[in-house]
Amino acid sequence: MSIKSETGAATRAATPNPPADKIELRLYIAGQTPKSVAALKNLRRICEEYMPDTYELKVIDLLKHPQLARGDQIVAVPTVVKNLPVPIRKLIGDLSNTERVLVGLDLHRLD
Amino acid sequence: MKGRQISSTGTQTLPKAATGIQGLDEITEGGFPRGRPTLICGSAGCGKTLMAMEFLVRGATEFNEPGVCFAFEETPEELTQNVRSLGFDLAALERKKKLHLEYVHIEPSEMQETGEYDLEGLFIRLGYAIDSIGAKRVVLDTIETLFGGLSNQALLRAELRRLFRWLKDRGVTAVITGERGDGTLTRQGLEEYVSDCVILLDHRVIDQVSTRRLRVVKYRGTTHGTNEYPFLIDERGIDVLPVTSLRLDHASSNERISTGVPDLDAMLDGGIYRGSTVLVSGTAGTGKSSLAAQFARASAEAGERALYLAFEESPSQIKRNMRSIGTDLGGWEKRGLLRFVAARPVLTGLEGHLASIHKQVLEFQPRLIIIDPISDLSAVGSERDAKAMMVRLVDFLKSEQITAVLINLHSGDSNFEKTDVGISSIIDTWIYLRDIESGGERNRGIYILKARGTAHSNQIREFLITRKGIELRPAYIGPEGVLTGSARLTQESRDLEAARDRDQEAERRRRTLEGRRKALEAQIEALRSELDVAAQEEQVILLHEKQRLSRASADREAMARSRKANEPSLNGKAKRKQK
Repeated sequence: MSIKSETGAATRAATPNPPADKIELRLYIAGQTPKSVAALKNLRRICEEYMPDTYELKVIDLLKHPQLARGDQIVAVPTVVKNLPVPIRKLIGDLSNTERVLVGLDLHRLD
Repeated sequence: MKGRQISSTGTQTLPKAATGIQGLDEITEGGFPRGRPTLICGSAGCGKTLMAMEFLVRGATEFNEPGVCFAFEETPEELTQNVRSLGFDLAALERKKKLHLEYVHIEPSEMQETGEYDLEGLFIRLGYAIDSIGAKRVVLDTIETLFGGLSNQALLRAELRRLFRWLKDRGVTAVITGERGDGTLTRQGLEEYVSDCVILLDHRVIDQVSTRRLRVVKYRGTTHGTNEYPFLIDERGIDVLPVTSLRLDHASSNERISTGVPDLDAMLDGGIYRGSTVLVSGTAGTGKSSLAAQFARASAEAGERALYLAFEESPSQIKRNMRSIGTDLGGWEKRGLLRFVAARPVLTGLEGHLASIHKQVLEFQPRLIIIDPISDLSAVGSERDAKAMMVRLVDFLKSEQITAVLINLHSGDSNFEKTDVGISSIIDTWIYLRDIESGGERNRGIYILKARGTAHSNQIREFLITRKGIELRPAYIGPEGVLTGSARLTQESRDLEAARDRDQEAERRRRTLEGRRKALEAQIEALRSELDVAAQEEQVILLHEKQRLSRASADREAMARSRKANEPSLNGKAKRKQK
């Protein structure tokens, strides 16, 4: 798992899909805490499982880029922000409950 | 008052960060605890945010301590706008890197929680903000809002505890605001975490008048004022009124200024001291306002500005009334030497009045201020509050060397010295007006109850309000006390008559004596002429005698000749001759 805020797109290269369906996710973490590690692992798993072709995930480590926390109003970590498609959704926690993640990110329809 | 830094070198004293808020540093004896969090709590609209912001702004502008504000309820734009009315330009301070405003917002509708988390995001943001401008002060306004956005209360509490610990470790002086809860100082019991200094603000309405108050609930490791202090928010920020901790160090002037009534000046040994406080008290209709108008006139005539605060009458009414006694205040007003400010006392609370007086004084720069009457102010707050306000006001005016004329109305027969005792201690000169009832009329009497530093007259004088102004009459003291009004006039005419009688009697006696003298002189004259006559007679007699004697001798000679008597020698010769 990369600590740097590398724009780590999904492991799978984005296939030419209609951009409208693209799901943009940003995961904010603060260093290598167990919660952060768990969150990233859970999120990757859910993405691969439910939206393998449409997601784009950026992992942002606030310890390296603290200035980025303001823009997305990050208070708690880990937080995953879904900017696209609207409406904006935020999920905080280690994302251990898959069902809640899907509901929370408004992605349940893909089920 | 501003910026009294408490030395932080001494190990025994707790280092403090001056707030720069007027009066607050005096109550807390130096400010908030440096490097520790302070909780400011109170109900909605009591001025928590404002106080926190002033703490930041003063820190940035006066103590060179940059500050960070994390606003949980307002955006920086709103905050900037809200405090602009206090003269704080947050945007400019932000540009100068003296201030960092950041909005922290959790929107519950777009937020879901799943699993474990912490508030490291907030810590990182705060740390980043502090580092970006080298902040020494931090304000979190109002962090309790987090409890509305996040559901895991236990976690939140643990995180807040960690946050305050973290703030201490960073060494920043933090101010946390909190809304007052039911039976607790804050809704979420923040006082548990922030235990170094807790300040409670209160905004209560008594008799439809609101007053803001402040109390230091606790302040670890230091002494502090424990009372409730009224404070006000005006265009210069927050002004706490720490009445009891004010120092008495005004300069005092030896200059005397006129009261506008020459006789009264004489009673006061030349007038009142500049910058002193004069209380004119009396029952209704004793001429208090008229006397006050004389002060105003005298000040204007001396070319000095006077401020007239009227709580009972409108300016035009005062001007009309004073015109009727020959005091044209309107003219002075036009020339800019007199300003009227009229308002009903209940218009604002006491602190509001104090604020507006401050403002007027700073704007108009008067040398004399008249408050007519101060008794109405106690209608706004309690007697004690009114007194506290008066003390504060008098102090302020003294420090500005402004002479104050306070008018106090007290009712009826109550013991006036008791009624006024509340403020008498802060008064330098106390002129008392009273009505004197006698002979079926009321007349006005004036006397000086006290005049600090003045050999003042102890006489009760009658004073008249005439078309030409106020005149003091010499007192008539009879067997029944001071005579006034008709009684005085009667006494005056009686005296006049007696004097006339005395004059006439003297004249009569003079005439008698003169008559007698003249008679004696005539007598002397007569005697003298008699004497003359006698002397003349004597002369005549003597003459006749002489003549008779000479005649007799001649006769004898002739007889001798005829007898041809030969006298020895003499006769012979005579004989020869005859031959």
